[in-house]
Amino acid sequence: MAGPATLFDKIWGAHEIVVRPDGATLLHIDRHLVHDGSSNAFRTLKDKGIKLRDAGRTFATPDHYVATHGRGLSAINDPDRRSMVESLTTHTRETGVTMFGLGDARQGIVHVVGPEQGLSQPGMIIVCGDSHTATHGAMGALAFGVGSSEVTHVLATQTLWQKKPRSMRITVDGELAPGVHAKDVILAIIAKISAAGGTGHAIEYAGSTIRSLSIEGRLTVCNMSIEAGARAGMVAPDDVTFEYLKGRPYAPKGADWDKALAFWRTLPTDDGASFDREVHLDATEIAPMVTWGTSPEAAAPITGHVPDPAGAGDAVRRDSMERALAYMDLKPGMPLSEIKVDRVFIGSCTNSRIEDLRVAAKIADGRKTVIPSMVVPGSGLVKAQAEAEGLDKIFQRAGFEWREAGCSMCVGMNGDLVAPGERCASTSNRNFVGRQGKGARTHLVSPVMAVAAAVSGKLTDVRTLMARH
Amino acid sequence: MEPFRQIDAVAAPLGTPNVDTDQIIPARFLWRLRDDGWGHLLFNDLRFNDDGSEKPQFLLNRPEYRPARILVADRNFGCGSSREHAVWSLYDYGFRAVIAPSFGDIFFNNSFQNGLLPIVQPIEVCEALRAELEQKPGAHIRVDLEAQKITAPDGSEYDFTIDPFRKECLLAGTDEVRFTLNQVDKIAAFEKSYENGMPWM
Repeated sequence: MAGPATLFDKIWGAHEIVVRPDGATLLHIDRHLVHDGSSNAFRTLKDKGIKLRDAGRTFATPDHYVATHGRGLSAINDPDRRSMVESLTTHTRETGVTMFGLGDARQGIVHVVGPEQGLSQPGMIIVCGDSHTATHGAMGALAFGVGSSEVTHVLATQTLWQKKPRSMRITVDGELAPGVHAKDVILAIIAKISAAGGTGHAIEYAGSTIRSLSIEGRLTVCNMSIEAGARAGMVAPDDVTFEYLKGRPYAPKGADWDKALAFWRTLPTDDGASFDREVHLDATEIAPMVTWGTSPEAAAPITGHVPDPAGAGDAVRRDSMERALAYMDLKPGMPLSEIKVDRVFIGSCTNSRIEDLRVAAKIADGRKTVIPSMVVPGSGLVKAQAEAEGLDKIFQRAGFEWREAGCSMCVGMNGDLVAPGERCASTSNRNFVGRQGKGARTHLVSPVMAVAAAVSGKLTDVRTLMARH
Repeated sequence: MEPFRQIDAVAAPLGTPNVDTDQIIPARFLWRLRDDGWGHLLFNDLRFNDDGSEKPQFLLNRPEYRPARILVADRNFGCGSSREHAVWSLYDYGFRAVIAPSFGDIFFNNSFQNGLLPIVQPIEVCEALRAELEQKPGAHIRVDLEAQKITAPDGSEYDFTIDPFRKECLLAGTDEVRFTLNQVDKIAAFEKSYENGMPWM
């Protein structure tokens, strides 16, 4: 490759099979993750009579439809939901795809399982029929979500036709204040660039703040790239990445590890490489964030107020803000820290990893929830690790429900729903109208902010609780 | 996939930014199969009350817009979840083109896979088209893919750009999987050298 190149350029270039004069590029796909929403894709393939090109590159786990109050198929009360998990089991068995099923400790949310198993590695192109696939970009991979037709295409050909997106670098520098976490960083980014700010771009997150994040923190940041409009978000691999990967079940071993490591070290963006767009944030200015509206871009520091639509730039924006405030039942000018909450959800592919649970448990320790609150670990292995550390006991003593792994109340497809009109402080990624249930009102927050809401019954600046320690 | 060439049809103006795919098709319906039909579920919670009766104020419940096959939307249309069911719902309802200032990237890709044409136009053009459609409910817009041209009800014409590969596939109604499998030799050759160089991948 001539001249300095970006991490994204290097990965893209290494996967080009065909580049047409019009720019359409056939890309090799290293890793394909499937879940229990993939039955239409498998069915289409079967109908066409086409075999999987490379079953060894595909891994499956059920997450969207699984019950969290119990394990096993029988815990899924609804026959339609149960059939989605059954159909994944049947399809993977028929096609020879490795599946981490219910009853296997490795089962979990697909975006937690990939990195945890060492399936998601630097330099790879990883796809999944889910918009939060950008999560895996935290491992130094190019990872993006696809629809059902593209899932079929990857199963059949182990390739995808794509047009190269533009590149954007978001640099975050400075030290995060106590009580401020990766979730606050990504919410601050989305508030700054908007829910469409990254559309058509692959984002690289860079800067000292991102470097100092653990893999769990980087996964949280990359996870919400799609909420800024970007299909892909990535972080250059470094010693933190390699340390995390080493020894994981599907990570390279022995001589392969040494070869892989040498290759991975060549991946970070070269000095002088250029991006189509650059954005900078000062981490020292980021406070714990909450959302007040029905798009993730409607995020503000907890110290702020519900904004006034009268101050919106144009009529369309004003109209949409008014609609959002009506749906959320909020009044302009109200302090965000006075918003009463009915329920708390800690979980989802954004914030259900061991580090999320550790920081949340630290705040929950010795306190009591005053509203229904639940913790849903991201995988069976996260759950086991948390239990080994006694975190489950801390949460349960504080009044949290301790559940089994799955997507759960982030999207409610398994029946874990927020009731109509109820207000939920949630560590998930979307506050869309009806996302957590018809008429449900969602406030997106970090895990520690979720605990702060659970023990006080309102959106609360977690730093006021930390001062007491 | 059915080939797409041109369409002259009623257009409906949906002037809300960030219409996410959860709005287009709520998650609780997603266990259904592609062939089950999705048009009756399009915009379900915006379109229907809990008892199944229509919300009269919703765009597609107004008699003039009911037969719409073209949607003129606002920025970031189809953002959020990757669910292709959002495209199936629009398509099965009868929509064949969506005109907007910007689209969610995954929705945009999914549209082409199903014969739904997403057309990007400047925000001012979308605003002008929506204003005209609101003034003249039931008015037609014409979309010509081959000429890459939109004709507004008042006769104004707007050019649009489209990725040549996507255009070719839409015009021909290409089955992309078969198209790619025709190049399997190139894929196999790539895989061989790739796996030799990086056996751990």
